[in-house]
Amino acid sequence: MKKNKKPELRAVRRSVATLLLGLGLTACAGPGGHPKDPLEPINRVTFRFNETADRYVMRPAAEVYDLAPLPVKVGVGNFFGNLADVWIGVNNLLQGKFAEGLSDGGRFLVNSTVGMLGVFDIATELGLDKHDEDLGQTLGRWGVGDGPYIVLPLLGSSNLRDTAGLIGDLNVDPVIGIDSPGPRNRVTALRFINRRSQLLGADATAEQASLDKYDYVRSFYIQYRQSQIYDGQPPRVKDPDDEAYMDEATPASPTRKENQE
Amino acid sequence: MKKIASLLAALTLGIGIQCAAFAQGIAPDALVKSVTDDVITIVRQDKAIQSGDTRKAVDLVEAKVLPYFDFAHMTRLAVGKDWRQANAEQKTVLTHEFKNLLVRTYSNALTQYRNQHIDFKPLKAKPEDTDVVVRTEVRQPGAKPVQIDYNLEKQGDDWKVYDVMVAGVSLVTNYRDSFGQEVRNGGIDGLIKSLKDKNKQLETTVSAKK
Repeated sequence: MKKNKKPELRAVRRSVATLLLGLGLTACAGPGGHPKDPLEPINRVTFRFNETADRYVMRPAAEVYDLAPLPVKVGVGNFFGNLADVWIGVNNLLQGKFAEGLSDGGRFLVNSTVGMLGVFDIATELGLDKHDEDLGQTLGRWGVGDGPYIVLPLLGSSNLRDTAGLIGDLNVDPVIGIDSPGPRNRVTALRFINRRSQLLGADATAEQASLDKYDYVRSFYIQYRQSQIYDGQPPRVKDPDDEAYMDEATPASPTRKENQE
Repeated sequence: MKKIASLLAALTLGIGIQCAAFAQGIAPDALVKSVTDDVITIVRQDKAIQSGDTRKAVDLVEAKVLPYFDFAHMTRLAVGKDWRQANAEQKTVLTHEFKNLLVRTYSNALTQYRNQHIDFKPLKAKPEDTDVVVRTEVRQPGAKPVQIDYNLEKQGDDWKVYDVMVAGVSLVTNYRDSFGQEVRNGGIDGLIKSLKDKNKQLETTVSAKK
Protein backbone atom coordinates (compact mmCIF):
# COMPACT_ATOMS: atom_id res chain seq x y z
CA MET A 1 0.00 0.00 0.00
CA LYS A 2 2.71 2.40 1.02
CA LYS A 3 4.67 1.66 -2.12
CA ASN A 4 1.91 2.79 -4.42
CA LYS A 5 1.27 5.96 -2.53
CA LYS A 6 4.77 7.26 -2.25
CA PRO A 7 5.66 8.43 -5.78
CA GLU A 8 2.45 10.38 -6.20
CA LEU A 9 2.79 12.09 -2.89
CA ARG A 10 6.35 12.95 -3.68
CA ALA A 11 5.17 14.49 -6.93
CA VAL A 12 2.57 16.54 -5.08
CA ARG A 13 5.17 17.68 -2.57
CA ARG A 14 7.57 18.61 -5.33
CA SER A 15 4.97 20.68 -7.16
CA VAL A 16 4.12 22.46 -3.93
CA ALA A 17 7.80 23.21 -3.41
CA THR A 18 7.94 24.62 -6.93
CA LEU A 19 4.87 26.71 -6.21
CA LEU A 20 6.44 28.09 -3.07
CA LEU A 21 9.55 28.99 -5.01
CA GLY A 22 7.38 30.70 -7.60
CA LEU A 23 5.66 32.56 -4.80
CA GLY A 24 8.93 33.86 -3.48
CA LEU A 25 9.90 35.12 -6.91
CA THR A 26 6.65 36.86 -7.77
CA ALA A 27 5.61 38.05 -4.32
CA CYS A 28 6.54 41.58 -5.27
CA ALA A 29 4.18 41.86 -8.24
CA GLY A 30 3.42 45.32 -9.52
CA PRO A 31 0.68 47.63 -8.20
CA GLY A 32 -2.93 47.45 -9.30
CA GLY A 33 -3.17 43.70 -8.89
CA HIS A 34 -5.40 41.94 -6.40
CA PRO A 35 -3.70 41.96 -2.99
CA LYS A 36 -4.50 38.26 -2.47
CA ASP A 37 -3.29 37.24 -5.90
CA PRO A 38 0.39 38.01 -6.44
CA LEU A 39 0.63 34.97 -8.73
CA GLU A 40 -2.09 36.23 -11.05
CA PRO A 41 -0.12 35.83 -14.32
CA ILE A 42 0.67 32.17 -13.59
CA ASN A 43 -2.78 31.56 -12.16
CA ARG A 44 -4.46 32.89 -15.28
CA VAL A 45 -2.48 30.47 -17.44
CA THR A 46 -3.52 27.55 -15.22
CA PHE A 47 -7.09 28.85 -15.20
CA ARG A 48 -7.22 28.87 -19.01
CA PHE A 49 -5.79 25.37 -19.09
CA ASN A 50 -8.40 24.19 -16.58
CA GLU A 51 -11.22 25.85 -18.54
CA THR A 52 -10.12 24.08 -21.72
CA ALA A 53 -9.75 20.73 -19.97
CA ASP A 54 -13.17 21.24 -18.46
CA ARG A 55 -14.79 22.12 -21.76
CA TYR A 56 -13.43 19.09 -23.61
CA VAL A 57 -13.16 16.42 -20.92
CA MET A 58 -14.74 17.02 -17.52
CA ARG A 59 -17.91 18.81 -18.53
CA PRO A 60 -18.84 16.38 -21.32
CA ALA A 61 -18.17 13.44 -18.99
CA ALA A 62 -20.33 15.05 -16.31
CA GLU A 63 -23.10 15.67 -18.84
CA VAL A 64 -23.15 12.00 -19.83
CA TYR A 65 -23.10 10.97 -16.18
CA ASP A 66 -25.95 13.37 -15.51
CA LEU A 67 -28.21 11.26 -17.75
CA ALA A 68 -28.17 8.50 -15.12
CA PRO A 69 -31.38 8.15 -13.11
CA LEU A 70 -31.54 10.39 -10.05
CA PRO A 71 -31.47 7.55 -7.46
CA VAL A 72 -28.20 6.29 -8.96
CA LYS A 73 -26.59 9.74 -8.79
CA VAL A 74 -27.86 10.28 -5.27
CA GLY A 75 -26.47 6.87 -4.25
CA VAL A 76 -23.05 7.64 -5.72
CA GLY A 77 -22.98 11.04 -4.02
CA ASN A 78 -24.01 9.46 -0.70
CA PHE A 79 -21.38 6.74 -1.01
CA PHE A 80 -18.51 9.22 -1.35
CA GLY A 81 -20.11 11.50 1.20
CA ASN A 82 -20.12 8.63 3.69
CA LEU A 83 -16.42 7.90 3.13
CA ALA A 84 -15.72 11.57 3.76
CA ASP A 85 -17.70 11.74 7.01
CA VAL A 86 -14.93 10.15 9.11
CA TRP A 87 -12.39 12.81 8.19
CA ILE A 88 -15.04 15.52 8.50
CA GLY A 89 -15.65 14.27 12.04
CA VAL A 90 -11.94 14.34 12.85
CA ASN A 91 -11.76 17.92 11.62
CA ASN A 92 -14.77 18.90 13.72
CA LEU A 93 -13.00 17.44 16.76
CA LEU A 94 -9.80 19.28 15.83
CA GLN A 95 -11.85 22.49 15.75
CA GLY A 96 -13.29 21.76 19.18
CA LYS A 97 -16.78 21.07 17.85
CA PHE A 98 -17.31 17.85 19.78
CA ALA A 99 -21.05 17.46 19.29
CA GLU A 100 -20.61 17.82 15.53
CA GLY A 101 -17.65 15.42 15.51
CA LEU A 102 -19.59 12.77 17.39
CA SER A 103 -22.56 13.26 15.10
CA ASP A 104 -20.28 12.67 12.09
CA GLY A 105 -19.03 9.45 13.68
CA GLY A 106 -22.63 8.42 14.27
CA ARG A 107 -23.47 9.22 10.66
CA PHE A 108 -20.66 6.97 9.44
CA LEU A 109 -21.78 4.08 11.66
CA VAL A 110 -25.44 4.36 10.69
CA ASN A 111 -24.90 4.92 6.98
CA SER A 112 -22.19 2.25 6.60
CA THR A 113 -24.49 -0.38 8.08
CA VAL A 114 -28.18 0.44 7.78
CA GLY A 115 -27.42 2.69 4.83
CA MET A 116 -25.84 -0.17 2.82
CA LEU A 117 -22.21 1.02 2.73
CA GLY A 118 -23.28 4.62 2.57
CA VAL A 119 -25.48 4.44 -0.52
CA PHE A 120 -28.48 5.57 1.52
CA ASP A 121 -28.15 8.57 3.76
CA ILE A 122 -30.31 7.31 6.61
CA ALA A 123 -28.47 9.45 9.16
CA THR A 124 -29.79 12.72 7.71
CA GLU A 125 -33.34 11.41 8.02
CA LEU A 126 -32.57 10.56 11.64
CA GLY A 127 -31.62 14.20 12.18
CA LEU A 128 -27.83 13.87 12.03
CA ASP A 129 -27.03 16.64 9.57
CA LYS A 130 -24.17 16.35 7.13
CA HIS A 131 -21.27 18.72 7.76
CA ASP A 132 -18.66 20.16 5.51
CA GLU A 133 -15.13 20.27 6.90
CA ASP A 134 -11.59 19.76 5.66
CA LEU A 135 -8.10 20.39 6.94
CA GLY A 136 -7.89 23.79 5.24
CA GLN A 137 -10.95 24.93 7.21
CA THR A 138 -9.46 23.56 10.42
CA LEU A 139 -6.25 25.48 9.81
CA GLY A 140 -8.37 28.57 9.11
CA ARG A 141 -10.25 28.08 12.38
CA TRP A 142 -6.92 27.87 14.14
CA GLY A 143 -6.07 31.28 12.78
CA VAL A 144 -3.78 30.30 9.91
CA GLY A 145 -4.07 33.00 7.22
CA ASP A 146 -5.09 31.94 3.73
CA GLY A 147 -1.96 33.19 1.97
CA PRO A 148 -1.87 33.90 -1.75
CA TYR A 149 -4.58 32.62 -4.07
CA ILE A 150 -3.47 29.66 -6.18
CA VAL A 151 -5.17 28.02 -9.13
CA LEU A 152 -4.22 24.34 -9.03
CA PRO A 153 -4.02 22.38 -12.27
CA LEU A 154 -7.35 20.55 -12.83
CA LEU A 155 -8.43 21.05 -9.20
CA GLY A 156 -9.04 24.78 -9.59
CA SER A 157 -9.19 27.53 -6.99
CA SER A 158 -7.15 27.23 -3.81
CA ASN A 159 -4.72 29.19 -1.70
CA LEU A 160 -1.53 28.36 0.13
CA ARG A 161 -3.29 27.25 3.33
CA ASP A 162 -5.92 25.18 1.54
CA THR A 163 -3.29 23.55 -0.69
CA ALA A 164 -1.42 22.45 2.42
CA GLY A 165 -4.75 21.28 3.85
CA LEU A 166 -5.53 19.38 0.67
CA ILE A 167 -2.25 17.46 0.87
CA GLY A 168 -3.23 16.45 4.41
CA ASP A 169 -6.73 15.51 3.24
CA LEU A 170 -5.33 13.35 0.43
CA ASN A 171 -2.90 11.62 2.78
CA VAL A 172 -5.77 10.08 4.71
CA ASP A 173 -8.21 9.76 1.81
CA PRO A 174 -9.63 6.22 1.62
CA VAL A 175 -9.97 6.29 -2.18
CA ILE A 176 -6.44 7.55 -2.82
CA GLY A 177 -5.35 4.86 -0.37
CA ILE A 178 -6.76 1.99 -2.47
CA ASP A 179 -4.01 -0.55 -3.16
CA SER A 180 -4.19 -1.25 -6.87
CA PRO A 181 -3.92 1.68 -9.27
CA GLY A 182 -6.64 0.44 -11.65
CA PRO A 183 -9.60 0.52 -9.28
CA ARG A 184 -8.18 3.53 -7.50
CA ASN A 185 -8.11 5.61 -10.66
CA ARG A 186 -11.57 4.50 -11.75
CA VAL A 187 -13.12 5.29 -8.38
CA THR A 188 -11.32 8.64 -8.25
CA ALA A 189 -12.63 9.47 -11.73
CA LEU A 190 -16.18 8.57 -10.70
CA ARG A 191 -15.90 10.77 -7.64
CA PHE A 192 -14.69 13.72 -9.72
CA ILE A 193 -17.38 13.29 -12.35
CA ASN A 194 -20.06 13.02 -9.68
CA ARG A 195 -18.84 16.24 -8.07
CA ARG A 196 -18.58 18.00 -11.43
CA SER A 197 -22.11 16.99 -12.40
CA GLN A 198 -23.48 18.69 -9.30
CA LEU A 199 -22.07 21.98 -10.59
CA LEU A 200 -23.59 21.77 -14.06
CA GLY A 201 -26.16 24.51 -13.45
CA ALA A 202 -23.91 26.74 -11.38
CA ASP A 203 -21.12 26.95 -13.95
CA ALA A 204 -23.50 28.23 -16.61
CA THR A 205 -24.65 30.95 -14.21
CA ALA A 206 -21.07 31.97 -13.42
CA GLU A 207 -20.36 32.16 -17.15
CA GLN A 208 -23.32 34.46 -17.72
CA ALA A 209 -22.93 36.58 -14.64
CA SER A 210 -19.28 37.50 -14.92
CA LEU A 211 -17.51 40.21 -16.85
CA ASP A 212 -14.25 38.35 -16.29
CA LYS A 213 -14.72 34.76 -15.20
CA TYR A 214 -11.28 34.57 -13.60
CA ASP A 215 -12.02 37.54 -11.32
CA TYR A 216 -15.48 36.23 -10.55
CA VAL A 217 -14.28 32.74 -9.60
CA ARG A 218 -11.44 34.11 -7.49
CA SER A 219 -13.72 36.42 -5.57
CA PHE A 220 -16.22 33.60 -5.16
CA TYR A 221 -13.60 31.24 -3.78
CA ILE A 222 -12.26 33.75 -1.26
CA GLN A 223 -15.74 34.52 0.10
CA TYR A 224 -16.85 30.89 -0.03
CA ARG A 225 -13.93 29.59 2.02
CA GLN A 226 -14.36 32.37 4.56
CA SER A 227 -17.99 31.35 4.93
CA GLN A 228 -17.12 27.64 5.19
CA ILE A 229 -14.57 28.25 7.93
CA TYR A 230 -17.33 29.85 9.99
CA ASP A 231 -19.87 27.17 9.00
CA GLY A 232 -21.96 29.54 6.92
CA GLN A 233 -22.07 32.35 9.45
CA PRO A 234 -18.92 34.44 9.09
CA PRO A 235 -18.77 37.48 11.35
CA ARG A 236 -20.94 40.04 9.71
CA VAL A 237 -18.95 43.09 8.84
CA LYS A 238 -20.98 46.01 7.68
CA ASP A 239 -19.00 47.24 4.72
CA PRO A 240 -16.98 50.06 6.27
CA ASP A 241 -17.13 52.02 3.04
CA ASP A 242 -20.76 51.30 2.27
CA GLU A 243 -22.16 54.41 3.85
CA ALA A 244 -19.17 56.42 2.70
CA TYR A 245 -20.08 55.67 -0.91
CA MET A 246 -23.49 57.16 -0.40
CA ASP A 247 -23.93 60.30 -2.35
CA GLU A 248 -23.23 63.30 -0.21
CA ALA A 249 -23.88 65.86 -2.89
CA THR A 250 -26.32 64.08 -5.17
CA PRO A 251 -29.73 63.45 -3.72
CA ALA A 252 -30.64 59.81 -3.73
CA SER A 253 -33.85 60.47 -5.60
CA PRO A 254 -32.81 60.15 -9.27
CA THR A 255 -31.41 56.64 -8.87
CA ARG A 256 -34.12 55.65 -6.45
CA LYS A 257 -36.85 56.71 -8.81
CA GLU A 258 -35.25 54.85 -11.65
CA ASN A 259 -35.21 51.67 -9.65
CA GLN A 260 -38.83 51.92 -8.65
CA GLU A 261 -39.98 51.89 -12.24
CA MET B 1 -61.30 45.16 40.13
CA LYS B 2 -58.57 47.70 39.72
CA LYS B 3 -56.24 44.95 38.69
CA ILE B 4 -58.55 43.73 36.00
CA ALA B 5 -59.00 47.22 34.71
CA SER B 6 -55.30 47.81 34.45
CA LEU B 7 -54.87 44.40 32.84
CA LEU B 8 -57.48 45.31 30.28
CA ALA B 9 -55.83 48.64 29.72
CA ALA B 10 -52.49 46.92 29.21
CA LEU B 11 -54.08 44.45 26.84
CA THR B 12 -55.72 47.17 24.76
CA LEU B 13 -52.51 49.10 24.70
CA GLY B 14 -50.68 45.96 23.66
CA ILE B 15 -53.08 45.31 20.84
CA GLY B 16 -52.86 48.93 19.82
CA ILE B 17 -49.08 48.71 19.63
CA GLN B 18 -49.26 45.48 17.67
CA CYS B 19 -51.66 47.01 15.21
CA ALA B 20 -49.32 49.93 14.78
CA ALA B 21 -46.44 47.53 14.19
CA PHE B 22 -48.53 45.71 11.64
CA ALA B 23 -49.45 48.90 9.87
CA GLN B 24 -45.76 49.65 9.55
CA GLY B 25 -45.54 46.97 6.92
CA ILE B 26 -44.68 43.36 6.67
CA ALA B 27 -41.71 41.95 8.63
CA PRO B 28 -38.55 41.18 6.63
CA ASP B 29 -38.66 37.39 7.08
CA ALA B 30 -42.36 37.28 6.23
CA LEU B 31 -41.64 39.37 3.15
CA VAL B 32 -38.92 37.02 1.88
CA LYS B 33 -41.11 34.00 2.55
CA SER B 34 -44.16 35.36 0.79
CA VAL B 35 -42.19 36.47 -2.28
CA THR B 36 -40.37 33.13 -2.47
CA ASP B 37 -43.58 31.13 -2.06
CA ASP B 38 -45.29 33.26 -4.69
CA VAL B 39 -42.55 32.78 -7.25
CA ILE B 40 -42.18 29.05 -6.63
CA THR B 41 -45.90 28.46 -6.94
CA ILE B 42 -45.83 30.13 -10.33
CA VAL B 43 -42.70 28.31 -11.53
CA ARG B 44 -44.15 24.96 -10.45
CA GLN B 45 -47.15 25.49 -12.70
CA ASP B 46 -45.33 27.12 -15.61
CA LYS B 47 -44.11 24.54 -18.08
CA ALA B 48 -42.51 27.21 -20.28
CA ILE B 49 -40.22 28.45 -17.50
CA GLN B 50 -39.34 24.90 -16.51
CA SER B 51 -38.29 24.11 -20.05
CA GLY B 52 -35.95 27.09 -20.16
CA ASP B 53 -37.97 30.10 -21.33
CA THR B 54 -35.69 32.81 -19.96
CA ARG B 55 -37.88 35.63 -21.23
CA LYS B 56 -40.82 34.42 -19.20
CA ALA B 57 -38.63 33.96 -16.15
CA VAL B 58 -37.39 37.54 -16.51
CA ASP B 59 -40.98 38.81 -16.73
CA LEU B 60 -41.88 36.91 -13.59
CA VAL B 61 -38.89 38.27 -11.69
CA GLU B 62 -39.61 41.81 -12.86
CA ALA B 63 -43.22 41.64 -11.71
CA LYS B 64 -42.84 39.75 -8.44
CA VAL B 65 -39.31 40.24 -7.14
CA LEU B 66 -37.85 43.53 -8.33
CA PRO B 67 -40.16 45.80 -6.33
CA TYR B 68 -38.48 44.51 -3.17
CA PHE B 69 -34.90 45.14 -4.29
CA ASP B 70 -32.88 48.32 -3.93
CA PHE B 71 -30.68 48.26 -7.00
CA ALA B 72 -29.13 51.64 -6.35
CA HIS B 73 -27.74 50.31 -3.08
CA MET B 74 -26.63 47.05 -4.74
CA THR B 75 -24.80 48.89 -7.48
CA ARG B 76 -23.12 51.18 -4.98
CA LEU B 77 -21.88 48.13 -3.07
CA ALA B 78 -20.68 46.38 -6.20
CA VAL B 79 -18.78 49.40 -7.52
CA GLY B 80 -17.22 50.18 -4.15
CA LYS B 81 -14.96 53.16 -3.68
CA ASP B 82 -15.09 54.18 -7.34
CA TRP B 83 -18.79 55.00 -6.91
CA ARG B 84 -17.85 58.49 -5.76
CA GLN B 85 -16.11 59.22 -9.05
CA ALA B 86 -19.34 58.69 -10.95
CA ASN B 87 -21.65 61.61 -11.68
CA ALA B 88 -25.41 61.41 -11.21
CA GLU B 89 -26.08 60.34 -14.79
CA GLN B 90 -23.38 57.68 -14.74
CA LYS B 91 -24.81 56.35 -11.50
CA THR B 92 -28.23 56.04 -13.06
CA VAL B 93 -26.86 54.22 -16.09
CA LEU B 94 -24.68 51.93 -13.97
CA THR B 95 -27.61 51.02 -11.77
CA HIS B 96 -29.78 50.31 -14.79
CA GLU B 97 -27.19 48.09 -16.50
CA PHE B 98 -26.21 46.23 -13.36
CA LYS B 99 -29.85 45.56 -12.62
CA ASN B 100 -30.31 44.12 -16.10
CA LEU B 101 -27.26 41.91 -15.73
CA LEU B 102 -28.39 40.50 -12.38
CA VAL B 103 -31.97 39.99 -13.51
CA ARG B 104 -30.99 38.23 -16.75
CA THR B 105 -28.49 35.96 -15.09
CA TYR B 106 -30.43 34.92 -12.07
CA SER B 107 -33.81 34.65 -13.77
CA ASN B 108 -32.15 31.90 -15.74
CA ALA B 109 -31.49 30.07 -12.50
CA LEU B 110 -35.28 29.89 -12.04
CA THR B 111 -35.58 27.80 -15.18
CA GLN B 112 -33.44 25.19 -13.42
CA TYR B 113 -35.84 24.89 -10.51
CA ARG B 114 -36.83 21.29 -9.87
CA ASN B 115 -38.78 20.60 -6.71
CA GLN B 116 -36.13 21.87 -4.33
CA HIS B 117 -37.43 22.47 -0.87
CA ILE B 118 -36.79 25.81 0.82
CA ASP B 119 -36.39 26.09 4.58
CA PHE B 120 -36.78 29.46 6.27
CA LYS B 121 -34.63 29.95 9.34
CA PRO B 122 -35.99 31.90 12.31
CA LEU B 123 -35.11 35.57 12.12
CA LYS B 124 -32.55 36.73 14.65
CA ALA B 125 -33.20 40.43 14.94
CA LYS B 126 -34.39 43.00 17.42
CA PRO B 127 -37.56 44.93 16.60
CA GLU B 128 -35.63 48.19 16.35
CA ASP B 129 -33.10 46.78 13.84
CA THR B 130 -33.06 48.45 10.45
CA ASP B 131 -30.61 46.06 8.81
CA VAL B 132 -31.25 42.32 9.03
CA VAL B 133 -30.29 39.00 7.45
CA VAL B 134 -33.02 36.55 6.50
CA ARG B 135 -31.55 33.06 6.20
CA THR B 136 -32.94 30.31 4.03
CA GLU B 137 -31.70 26.94 2.90
CA VAL B 138 -32.44 25.17 -0.36
CA ARG B 139 -32.57 21.39 0.05
CA GLN B 140 -32.48 18.86 -2.73
CA PRO B 141 -31.95 15.11 -2.81
CA GLY B 142 -28.37 13.92 -3.25
CA ALA B 143 -26.73 17.31 -2.92
CA LYS B 144 -25.62 19.47 -0.06
CA PRO B 145 -28.18 22.05 1.01
CA VAL B 146 -27.36 25.50 -0.31
CA GLN B 147 -27.62 28.43 2.04
CA ILE B 148 -29.22 31.57 0.60
CA ASP B 149 -29.25 34.67 2.78
CA TYR B 150 -30.94 37.98 2.05
CA ASN B 151 -29.69 41.24 3.51
CA LEU B 152 -32.52 43.71 3.97
CA GLU B 153 -32.56 47.31 4.95
CA LYS B 154 -35.48 49.27 6.31
CA GLN B 155 -36.47 52.24 4.21
CA GLY B 156 -39.30 54.15 5.80
CA ASP B 157 -41.91 51.48 6.45
CA ASP B 158 -40.67 49.03 3.85
CA TRP B 159 -37.89 46.50 3.76
CA LYS B 160 -35.68 46.30 0.69
CA VAL B 161 -33.18 43.61 -0.23
CA TYR B 162 -29.74 45.02 -0.98
CA ASP B 163 -27.62 41.87 -1.08
CA VAL B 164 -28.10 38.16 -1.68
CA MET B 165 -25.57 35.66 -0.41
CA VAL B 166 -25.43 32.22 -1.99
CA ALA B 167 -23.36 29.69 -0.02
CA GLY B 168 -21.89 32.61 1.87
CA VAL B 169 -20.90 34.47 -1.28
CA SER B 170 -22.34 37.90 -1.93
CA LEU B 171 -23.65 38.13 -5.48
CA VAL B 172 -23.05 41.86 -5.26
CA THR B 173 -19.58 42.30 -3.81
CA ASN B 174 -18.42 39.38 -5.93
CA TYR B 175 -18.38 41.93 -8.76
CA ARG B 176 -16.18 44.42 -6.97
CA ASP B 177 -12.84 43.06 -8.23
CA SER B 178 -13.80 43.01 -11.86
CA PHE B 179 -15.63 46.35 -11.66
CA GLY B 180 -12.54 47.89 -10.06
CA GLN B 181 -10.42 46.46 -12.86
CA GLU B 182 -12.74 47.93 -15.50
CA VAL B 183 -12.64 51.36 -13.85
CA ARG B 184 -8.84 51.26 -13.65
CA ASN B 185 -8.69 50.38 -17.36
CA GLY B 186 -11.30 52.72 -18.77
CA GLY B 187 -12.83 54.84 -16.04
CA ILE B 188 -16.50 54.77 -15.07
CA ASP B 189 -17.46 54.99 -18.74
CA GLY B 190 -15.31 51.94 -19.46
CA LEU B 191 -17.24 49.99 -16.82
CA ILE B 192 -20.56 51.19 -18.27
CA LYS B 193 -19.49 50.07 -21.72
CA SER B 194 -18.43 46.61 -20.48
CA LEU B 195 -21.75 46.16 -18.71
CA LYS B 196 -23.69 47.25 -21.79
CA ASP B 197 -21.69 44.86 -23.99
CA LYS B 198 -22.25 42.00 -21.56
CA ASN B 199 -25.99 42.66 -21.48
CA LYS B 200 -26.17 42.84 -25.27
CA GLN B 201 -24.35 39.55 -25.51
CA LEU B 202 -26.75 37.94 -23.02
CA GLU B 203 -29.69 39.42 -24.91
CA THR B 204 -28.60 37.76 -28.16
CA THR B 205 -28.02 34.38 -26.55
CA VAL B 206 -31.40 34.61 -24.87
CA SER B 207 -33.20 35.32 -28.12
CA ALA B 208 -31.11 32.74 -29.97
CA LYS B 209 -32.22 30.15 -27.45
CA LYS B 210 -35.85 31.06 -28.00
